[in-house]
Order: sequence, then structure tokens, then C-alpha cells
Amino acid sequence: MTEDQHIQAILRLGDDTLVLGQRLSAWCGHGPILEEDIALSNTALDLIGQARNFYTLAAARENQGRDEDKLAFFRSDRDFQNHLLLELPNGHFGDTIVRQFFFSAFALERYVFLSRQLMDAEVAGIASKALKELQYHWEHSAQWIIRLGDGTEESHNKVQQSIHDLWSYTGELFEADEVDQAGFEAGLLPNLELLRDTWNTRIDDCLQKATLQRPEDGWMQRGGKQGIHSEHLSYMLAEMQILPRTYPDASW
Amino acid sequence: MSSTQNEWPLWEVFIRSRQGLGHKHAGSLHAPDAQMAIQNARDVYTRRQEGVSIWVVPAESITASSPDDKEVMFDPANDKVYRHPTFYKLPDEVNNM
Amino acid sequence: MSETDKNLEARFEAYVAEEKKIEPKDWMPDSYRKTLIRQISQHAHSEIVGMLPEGNWISRAPSLKRKAILLAKVQDEAGHGLYLYSAAETLGVTRNQMLNDLHTGKAKYSSIFNYPTLTWADMGAVGWLVDGAAIMNQVPLCKCSYGPYARAMVRVCKEESFHQRQGFQVMLNLAQGTDEQKDMAQDALNRWWWPSLMMFGPNDADSPHSAQSMKWNIKRFSNDELRQRFVDMTVPQAELLGLTIPDPDLKWNEERGHYDFGEIQWEEFYNVIQGNGPCNKERIAARVKAHDEGAWVREAANAYAKKENEKRSKSATHAA
Repeated sequence: MTEDQHIQAILRLGDDTLVLGQRLSAWCGHGPILEEDIALSNTALDLIGQARNFYTLAAARENQGRDEDKLAFFRSDRDFQNHLLLELPNGHFGDTIVRQFFFSAFALERYVFLSRQLMDAEVAGIASKALKELQYHWEHSAQWIIRLGDGTEESHNKVQQSIHDLWSYTGELFEADEVDQAGFEAGLLPNLELLRDTWNTRIDDCLQKATLQRPEDGWMQRGGKQGIHSEHLSYMLAEMQILPRTYPDASW
Repeated sequence: MSSTQNEWPLWEVFIRSRQGLGHKHAGSLHAPDAQMAIQNARDVYTRRQEGVSIWVVPAESITASSPDDKEVMFDPANDKVYRHPTFYKLPDEVNNM
Repeated sequence: MSETDKNLEARFEAYVAEEKKIEPKDWMPDSYRKTLIRQISQHAHSEIVGMLPEGNWISRAPSLKRKAILLAKVQDEAGHGLYLYSAAETLGVTRNQMLNDLHTGKAKYSSIFNYPTLTWADMGAVGWLVDGAAIMNQVPLCKCSYGPYARAMVRVCKEESFHQRQGFQVMLNLAQGTDEQKDMAQDALNRWWWPSLMMFGPNDADSPHSAQSMKWNIKRFSNDELRQRFVDMTVPQAELLGLTIPDPDLKWNEERGHYDFGEIQWEEFYNVIQGNGPCNKERIAARVKAHDEGAWVREAANAYAKKENEKRSKSATHAA
């Protein structure tokens, strides 16, 4: 694994968590009930915190005078390497929960590996803190999947549709590119094939409890890790980045 | 649509702030079931590390003494001053008892 | 009023006058209960409507640290709303009834939140001025006569002081920043100053419920007293920031030992209360939308809980 690839791997961890944290934070003030509003904001705060840690580490490693904010606010959509799933608009509560459900199962397993690997102690440190947070995110989303799936007919149909709509974005989570491959060989990143198995077990288990169908695997969307995104990301970044880009000399 | 009967039930939340202390009433919240009540309590009442353990109890399961009985229930303890250690004046030599 | 009620009321008033607390199941006059429900639910509504103007800037916060702080702050407001709704619920009103009153325009909330947040500096001004004014109103409520309200306010006030500090810090950063940032800060102060003074409510002479609330220890200081205290506290802070308070009549009065300040535009105040503020309609529409779109979610969780309960009672019957 080259030094560049190593940094890129850390940046990707930051991109995933920032993009999802940004999306999720839009629920604040708009949740289905006050208690859930608070829960979603807590999750968003965890994710933004994780992003800050990964960006700060990536910035230190590349040593080019950038910091967490330079990485968050002064890169364009082509530079972001998050998974496509995370940048999709929030949709309704069911869409958001399904996305949390798919991603949390993945991120949880990823953090399990990252917290145990011995190649990069700083990554392991961030991951072991994040792992606890992800266990909660997973639990929370799984509880909701079961309640929506096995709730009313309306909720069942809605969340089943969300699962269908988002399914084609799950393939990318397990598709290794050169960075993933090099990271795996170096002992930094998990084997995505093995990770897919544990992910499948988690997802299938919960879908069954929720009386929901797992969709057939078909064509999968890809491109996030190569910087080829959906149309949604550049809008999201335009909004997120507007102040630092408008006043590049200002500090806040 | 006035859906008062569809409202999630009310739960009372009790938090142990650290090991060694008892659970103390922190407040209440709405949740559809016990599991979600625990999760919500964690998110609502322990955002600032206020707790290490949570109890949730359906508000309707709590039986309370009636305020009208306050005097009957609690006044009779008034004149039992001998239950309190300060009632007993001991010689200074044993003042650590 | 019957003889017994009169006795009970006399006992109640004597009890409150001794600074003792009333708890949910204690006897209380109907008007005390109604006043509390009105005040606590208004207060709760203000917290959750108040999430909207600041929530407006979470997606555009200019640094990740600011984003996290702002999100945590707005989330706290949801928590405050929740504590307060719970306190009101101890008086025999449901949260749904209160929300219904908010959504149909029957219940009021602090009219400050009907003003728009137009720049990032508004996050500073809202924290510094609006939360500052809110704290001034709220600290005395920690000692109010109704136990659950007082306890909720203790929790709220602890958390609010973080809010005001972070707001002041945003202002300080802007005031010490580039010329554009300074202009932004001054502009925010210009727009938020007068609405903040209005937060204390009408002048004492025009405040209909005040006297009774003071007698019941629900209110401890008059509107004008608190407003004066706020002005006296804030003027030196503005000086420290190097910003100018937009009031030509503002000056220190040696004799009174207080700042004199100009007359508030009460016509604007009453218009905003009556629904004519710049954002009244948007704010309520946003709350109604969140509530309506969340209905299927709340129902699903209820339906699931019901099924689980039935399963449990069935298996319990079998076991027996």
C-alpha cells in the first residue's frame, strides 16, 4: 500500500461519515416525534465527530497544511469518495432508516476490523470509539426496521419500497478497488468479501424479524469511490461549503 | 385528526448517575414500548454523561400515595424523635458514636 | 365557589406564599392549573419552533466544529421542549392536545422565532441575545411554585448557559474577523436587538396576567424589571464586541443606575404575535408537516407494540 493510498483510505472513512452526517442532520427539527428527532441528531453528531477525527488524521498524514475544514469545505464532488448510498436525499423516515440500516451494518463490521488491525494504531483508536457509536446506530435502525416492517400495512409497504429503492446502492459497499485491495493486503482494511457475509447475516436476520423481503441482487450502482457521484452530491456540497468558499480568508 | 388515543404511552425515566448511587427520577418521555423507551431515555436524558444505568417504567404502572392522605401517612412520624441519632445526648468522650 | 373550595384556596395561597412547592396531585385552583398549562406549553412550543430558525443553518455551518456545536444546541432545544411538555402533562393535558393547539394557531409561542435567520451571524446573535433574554426569563422559573416546572427549568437552565456562551463566541469570532464578518455581526445585532427586547413581553402596565402569576410564584419579576436587567447586562457586552446597539436613545442614567433605552415598536410586537411576522406561516407549516408526515411512523410503532403485547399475553395464558 502506498502512502497515498493509505491517506486515501482514511479520507474515504471521513467522506462516508461526513456525507451521511450532513444528510442526517437535516432531520433536526423535522422528525416524526420529538424523541426520534433527538435520536437522529445524536446519530448525526456521532458521524460528524467521526468525520472530524478521520479528516484530522488524514490531514496530519498528508502534511500539506490542510486541516479537517479544508478537507470538508474545499474539495469538490469529484474529490469526495463516499459511497453513493450515503449522499442520496433523505426521502421519508423509512428511506432514511433503511439507509441507516444498510450502512450501520456495514460500518459496524468495518469498525470491528479497523479497531483490531495493528497496521495503523491511530485509525484503530478512532475506530474503537466509533465502534461503540455504531453499535448503537445499528441497534436503533434495526429496531425501527422491525417496527416499520411489522407495524401497519402502510408502514410495511413503505419500508419494503425503501428497501427496493436503495438495494442497488448496497453492492458498492463490498466492491473492492485498488485502494481497498492494497489496504487489505497491507492489513489496514477488511476483506470486503468476508464483510459481505457478516453484513448479509445481520440484514437477513433483521428483515426476517421485520417480515420484510430481501430483494434479488441485480444491477448495482457504483462510482462513489471513484468520485463519479449521483447528481445529488454537488448540490449537497454547494450548500454545505458556501460560507468557507465565499469567504476563504475568514475563520469562524 | 385528533389522535390522543394513538399517542405513544408515557414512561417515567430513572437514571443512576454513577455506580453506588440509587436510580433517581429524571423525567418522562413517550415511547411505543420498553425497548424504545430505553433508547429514547438514553438519547434524551444522558446526552451529557448523566448516567450509567436507566430504568423506564410505564407511567400508568406507578401507584402513588394520595396527597389527601399526606397528614395521615406522614405526620405520625413527627413525634418519634427518638428514632433520630441527634435525640441522644452522649458524653463528649463518645462523640464519634 | 363553595365554602370548602374557598378554604382549600386559602390554604393553597398561604402554602405558596411560604415558598412551598405544589406537586401534580396536590389540590390547586383551576385557574392556577390553566395558567400553568398555558405558560408551560407556550414555553415548550417556543423551544421546538425555536429549533427551526437555527436549524436553518446547520447544513451551512462554516466549519465542522461549528456544525457539531449548532446541531448539539438545536438538539438540546428539542430536549427542552420535551422536558417542558412532560411537565405540562403532569397537569392533565396530553402532548397531542398541546401540539394540536400549536398547529391550529390556538397556542402561542415566543414571537422572536417568527423572524428569519439570514446570515451565519444570526447564529451568534440568536445565542447571545435571544438565549440571553430567555435565560433572564427562565432562571427565576427554577424557583417557581409548581414542582415539575421548576425541576424542568433547572435542567433547561443548566443547558442554556452553554447556548448563550457559544452564541457570544460566534459573535466574538466575527467581530474580530474580516471586515465582511464585522459587518455581518453588526447587521445581525441591528436586526435582533429590538425583537430581543420584545421577548420580555408588554410593559408592566399592559401585562394582563402578570399580577396573579406573581402572587402564585409562577412569575418572580415583572417584564420591565427583567428587560432592564437584560439591557444593563448586554450593553457592556456589545461594547466589548465593538458593536453598536441600534438605539439612539440608549444611554447610562447615573441617577437610576441603569441604562435608559428607546421606546419599543409595540405595533410590530402585536402584529408578529397575531401572525403577521415574516415567518409565522413557514414556522407552523414546518411543524405541521413534520407531525403529519410522521403519523405513519408513530402508528407503526404503536401497532407493533400492540402485536407484541398480544403475543406476550397469549403465551402467558398458555403457560398458565
